[in-house]
Amino acid sequence: MNVYLDNAATTRLSESAFGQMKKVFFDDFGNPSSLHNKGLDAKQYIKKAKEIIASDLKCEEKEIIFTSGGTESNNQAILSVARNYKRNGKHIITTAFEHASVYNPLIELEKENYEVTYLKPDKNGQISLESVKDAVREDTILLSVMMVNNEVGSKLDIKAISEAAKSVNKNIIVHCDAIQAYPKYRIVPKKDGIDLLSVSAHKFHGPKGCGFLYVRSGVKAGPIIFGGMQQQNMRSGTENVPGIVGMASALEEYIENRADYVNHMWELKTYFVKEISKIDGVTVNAVYSDREDLPLEDRIRLSAPHIISVSFPKIRSEVFLHALEQAGIYVSSGSACSSNHPAISGSLKAINVANEYLESTLRFSLTYSTTLKEIEYTIDRIKELLPIYSKFIKK
Amino acid sequence: MYKAFLIKYSEIGLKGKNRSYFEGCLVTRIRNVLSKLGDYQIYREQGRVFVMCPDDYDYDDTVEALSTVFGIAGYAPVFVVDSTKWEDVTEGAINYVNKYFDKHDFTFKIFCKRGDKGYFKQSPEICADVGEVLLNAFPKLKVDVHNPEKKITVEIRNKTYIYSDCLPGPGGMPVGCNGKAMLLLSGGIDSPVAGYMISKRGVSIDATYFHAPPYTSDHAKQKVIDLARIISRYTGPINLHIVNFTDIQMYIYEKCPHEELTIIMRRYMMRIAETIANRSGAIALVTGESIGQVASQTMQSLNCTNAVCEMPVFRPLIGFDKSEIIKISEKIKTFETSILPYEDCCTTFVAEHPVTKPVLSIIEKSEKRLSEKIDEMVDTALNTREVILIK
Repeated sequence: MNVYLDNAATTRLSESAFGQMKKVFFDDFGNPSSLHNKGLDAKQYIKKAKEIIASDLKCEEKEIIFTSGGTESNNQAILSVARNYKRNGKHIITTAFEHASVYNPLIELEKENYEVTYLKPDKNGQISLESVKDAVREDTILLSVMMVNNEVGSKLDIKAISEAAKSVNKNIIVHCDAIQAYPKYRIVPKKDGIDLLSVSAHKFHGPKGCGFLYVRSGVKAGPIIFGGMQQQNMRSGTENVPGIVGMASALEEYIENRADYVNHMWELKTYFVKEISKIDGVTVNAVYSDREDLPLEDRIRLSAPHIISVSFPKIRSEVFLHALEQAGIYVSSGSACSSNHPAISGSLKAINVANEYLESTLRFSLTYSTTLKEIEYTIDRIKELLPIYSKFIKK
Repeated sequence: MYKAFLIKYSEIGLKGKNRSYFEGCLVTRIRNVLSKLGDYQIYREQGRVFVMCPDDYDYDDTVEALSTVFGIAGYAPVFVVDSTKWEDVTEGAINYVNKYFDKHDFTFKIFCKRGDKGYFKQSPEICADVGEVLLNAFPKLKVDVHNPEKKITVEIRNKTYIYSDCLPGPGGMPVGCNGKAMLLLSGGIDSPVAGYMISKRGVSIDATYFHAPPYTSDHAKQKVIDLARIISRYTGPINLHIVNFTDIQMYIYEKCPHEELTIIMRRYMMRIAETIANRSGAIALVTGESIGQVASQTMQSLNCTNAVCEMPVFRPLIGFDKSEIIKISEKIKTFETSILPYEDCCTTFVAEHPVTKPVLSIIEKSEKRLSEKIDEMVDTALNTREVILIK
């Protein structure tokens, strides 16, 4: 049995998205900037995609910029806003458990004498509104906060965080990395206090190499890639029409079934957490274990539906990951983005996971097509393999 | 454009009656590496090897390929004139200087070799006359017979060959002329270098890698395959034997003292590699060990691992410092791959304080605890090994 539980890393392409992409690749392959019919056709595809996105976000079509994916969206949001608003100040606020594609542009900005405050999350992966208010200053120009943490799956209340920040300094621009959150959560940026929103297609069964950045009109974002002035000069380069079409198609499918998909994942997550918590020494991170007043189902719904971070006693995560791989189960240690280098997971440390668990934590991530049978199989294999591999530990 | 390369070889020239055999090996190797690049003609003529290039050849690619052929001491890009008529020889010499030197104000000396002993001028005369022609054609050139800046050689055979600079080759002896050895290849820095070194002496190699899933990942295995591919540029094709070592490792872990784990593991690796070597016609083992580098490479440890082998075990890096090994690995371009951070099976369970001065009799006694199942496990490991031809 093959069980793919690494959907926070990437997902399988939706078949209907593929069908539409194929048509664009082979038949309607024109360049949207071309003056002939094929160019016009391509333009129409892009317009259609924008309509789908704009209607879900309740925004204007011109507020959508297509990018090469989440990393580019985050880079563009942060770098361009920081540079365009530096007259108002050079202070930026973020959290201590952002993705590298937020974290590293900020490190670049620090080299340009920007000052960055990193807010520390609590053990459930939440940022307190007090700490947000305390951090905001007169010269704060940007607040960048992720909606769902990619490693531990905590869901942040961006609306409340944005309101808290703007209550102290109304000029702050709020950027939200929604790469793990959207479209699982419905987001209406103008209601949720979000000025910039980063989205990646391959996290919701769209193609890789495609994403978008929402920029509220009035916000002075700008390009970070220069060239033929496509997309109103906000993002040069020939538009990735097949990618955009695939993304829109996958998105449409997701939006239509959003409630069912998300409920299904929450149910599976609840079952997973309930079963795995029975195993001696195993702990699940950031699932409000301290809120005993709430039934498990309700506690689970305080965090993202698809990400489960589990710490196993004493086993190195990489070894257990490969042991599960031999049983046909594909998971991640930390997040796939950071596990190529030996640095231990940033998010786990940020939420105070005990030191002995930092190198023995796995991330299981679901999608709407994950089945209960697959979860049962996974739990069974874990129960079987755990004693074997805890026997052979480094002495 | 240069049309040919003159290949100079060092040690082969010293061989006696079997020199032709070594030359044959060299020509075969050159042919193999160049066949991927195009239709080159390689021929031997009076103790020289010439590579004639196709019209559309790429100079840099050719030089790069030749630099991987052991046995080549140096190679000179050669300007070929398709005749030996005196007017053509002198015109060729002028063309050569014109084309291949940016400035024409250097000191020079002409050397001459006549393959055609019946040629109407003798060598000293040819030197003098070609020199005169060049002096007339390029007024700023000067002759300096003691310390010339450029040494220009004119060889007259069935055609005329003119060359000056000789690029250094990798040296050594052509691969395949000295039998085959089995390399114990890990994903580290040392073993690929050891493979390169042994191969430099004309030895062709196969390799054995010990894989321990799930403790070592498929990334680690792919890394070893990539390393084998890089060194195969020098060594020629390699049969890479991938042995699943997990069960043996775990069994040793369970039964033997922990601080002896690495030594005992290495003894089993040597045994298994030797068996595969025997089955594949290799007559020696090669490792990347260097005295004292780690606990399993002290003199005492090497003695303990060596004791299980009947074949000679060659350790080309035995007297090298790590920095010297790294230098070679950078030169042969294995370094970047070697340092990718995937765990290998030797480090997974390494003890905090492994024995550094193991005593053979004690290690042998510890190994007796494995007697119940180990032979069967070794057989299984041998029989289930995967073999990949790297070329």
